[in-house]
Amino acid sequence: MLLDLAPCTAIYGAKLPPVRVVWPDMGTGKLRVVEASCETDWAALMVAVRDSQDRAAFAALFQHFAPRVKGFLMKSGTDAAMAEDCAQDVMATLWNKAALYDPARASVATWVFTIARNRRIDLARKARRPEPDALDWGPDSQPDQADIYEAGQETARLVAALSALPEKQRTLIQRAFYGELSHSEIAAETGLPLGTIKSRIRLALDRLRQNMK
Amino acid sequence: MSIRHHLSDALLIAYAAGNLPEAFGLVVATHVSMCDDCRAQLATFEAVGGAVLDGDAAVAMTDGALDAVMARLGAPEIIAPPSPQEDFPAALRGYLGGGLAAVKWRNLGMGVRQAILPTSKGAMARLLYIPAGQAVPDHGHRGTELTLVLQGAFRDAVDRFGPGDLEIATEELQHTPVAEAGEACICLAATDAPLRFNAFIPRLLQPLFRI
Repeated sequence: MLLDLAPCTAIYGAKLPPVRVVWPDMGTGKLRVVEASCETDWAALMVAVRDSQDRAAFAALFQHFAPRVKGFLMKSGTDAAMAEDCAQDVMATLWNKAALYDPARASVATWVFTIARNRRIDLARKARRPEPDALDWGPDSQPDQADIYEAGQETARLVAALSALPEKQRTLIQRAFYGELSHSEIAAETGLPLGTIKSRIRLALDRLRQNMK
Repeated sequence: MSIRHHLSDALLIAYAAGNLPEAFGLVVATHVSMCDDCRAQLATFEAVGGAVLDGDAAVAMTDGALDAVMARLGAPEIIAPPSPQEDFPAALRGYLGGGLAAVKWRNLGMGVRQAILPTSKGAMARLLYIPAGQAVPDHGHRGTELTLVLQGAFRDAVDRFGPGDLEIATEELQHTPVAEAGEACICLAATDAPLRFNAFIPRLLQPLFRI
């Protein structure tokens, strides 16, 4: 299933170089070209991985996200070799846990981030990692196309908003998500642009409520 | 359930970033399991994490990394649907080995009971049972104390806290929580430093009971 949504250039402009992979088709063995360049594409590829274990789609996701996970982990203080191993684990988890991916609830970037974060916690400590109970979305949980679009848009808007922030504020946000700031340091920090962030994802709450059974 | 006292942005961001001590993480996960507003706020902050990762400078993977991962891929896991809601959220039940019936209480006197939960060092989590109408000794805090009501309600100088409500107490707060009449109050509490009791007797007992 490929999602028929707005073309990526409408969201990011034409600048973004597309990811392009050539991979043998599972059924026919013929080479297939997969191109992707934005969150809408990632969501479609991730759904293809989830629903039909599409390896070509996975290869394209790997090409985009694995280097970002590695970069993110290195910025969080992990050495290059460990970050490489970790990024490979994270991508394998993306495949293994694909059934949990719901494009209406989170963008692929967000989902990859949570997997990378969990991996980092598991490496750093032997402690358990308490997680909120999963919601039961009910048997009729076919995601709404508008929600899928919106989840991807949120990430696009956030990436744009982060890069538009003054250097000092952007650094603070990054440090918080690299795990460099404790909760009391975050609470004491007045320079965090939380209003800006929340205005970019004002719909998250509405979307959740709509989908709640 | 109408929840009026929520998690702070700082706690949600630290949780989203994977940077809370386990005991605090347990309180956050349990509250989010009960509170849709905070669930949405958490999703918001996780999306910020996604944007930080996506916008981050990529570092090239080693040659052959894709092939190595491809070789590892097998049949994806089949994910069981979430089990129906029980007395406590699953996040907490995992630490109790079951629900309320499985809790191994220890008496603190005056009918107050507690059970310390096994979490890693850096912060401590415990379940507190306060009989209806009973007060917890007057105390202050060195660090942060999170108190999440699971059943019943308590009042202190700040407000009334009912099921799902979370009180975040910092150094400034000196309080004597009193359980409301009616039902016993059961709370999940986490602290990152020992409490400061003002009366002599609780202070004396403190090392014994690890409160």
